[in-house]
Amino acid sequence: MSARAAWRLESLGFGQVYDYAAGKSDWMAAGLPTEGAAAGRPTAATIARREVPTCHLEESLRDVRERVRAAGWDACVVVNEKRIVMGLLRADQLGRDGDVTAGSAMRPGPSTFRPHVAIEEMAKVMATRDLPNVPVTTSAGELIGLLVREDVERTVHECQGGRS
Amino acid sequence: MPTEIGRAEVQQLVAGGAQLVEVLPKEEFDEHHLPGAIHIPLRTIDPGVRASLASGRPVVVYCWDSA
Repeated sequence: MSARAAWRLESLGFGQVYDYAAGKSDWMAAGLPTEGAAAGRPTAATIARREVPTCHLEESLRDVRERVRAAGWDACVVVNEKRIVMGLLRADQLGRDGDVTAGSAMRPGPSTFRPHVAIEEMAKVMATRDLPNVPVTTSAGELIGLLVREDVERTVHECQGGRS
Repeated sequence: MPTEIGRAEVQQLVAGGAQLVEVLPKEEFDEHHLPGAIHIPLRTIDPGVRASLASGRPVVVYCWDSA
């Protein structure tokens, strides 16, 4: 949409037109401030765990499992060299026979979410679909972090002032 | 031809006086927009936009992302 706007402005005689194609999603993923009615309210990007372990398709599941568990995690995001999400290893997949690659054990093509999605919306989606964690990515599929359901539910509770 | 830029260039241009324009619908602008951005929805960009934007200064447009 912004590309069309940029071209239209140029057609109207504006000589220095720039298109921030990655847009508001990229801005919020970087944790930069916004203005507006929802400014300051948590989004998927705000609480996604950026330190989530990652691995590559061809890595041994056994090696990945050891590394992930040693780091205190029960999930790992499978990415390519550009950090594009290829798949997800949740606890079930990590617990499989280790003589396979991460690529063959992973859940391929997991649902991913954009960084700007409000945390209340994420809570509903994760509860409805019983998702323990979901990757948050850019529109190009680059991993930002892993959103963990317990973090989401705790944050929603805190935003509601601790009401039960 | 419009130039595609990244976040760091946006910050540099805005610091240098560029005009920042969000082209998304009003509800989305009202929820969150970049600091200092003005709202000009895509559908309203017509010759009348010259009243809202200075033609001699750079203009940076954005929406959610390129998807």
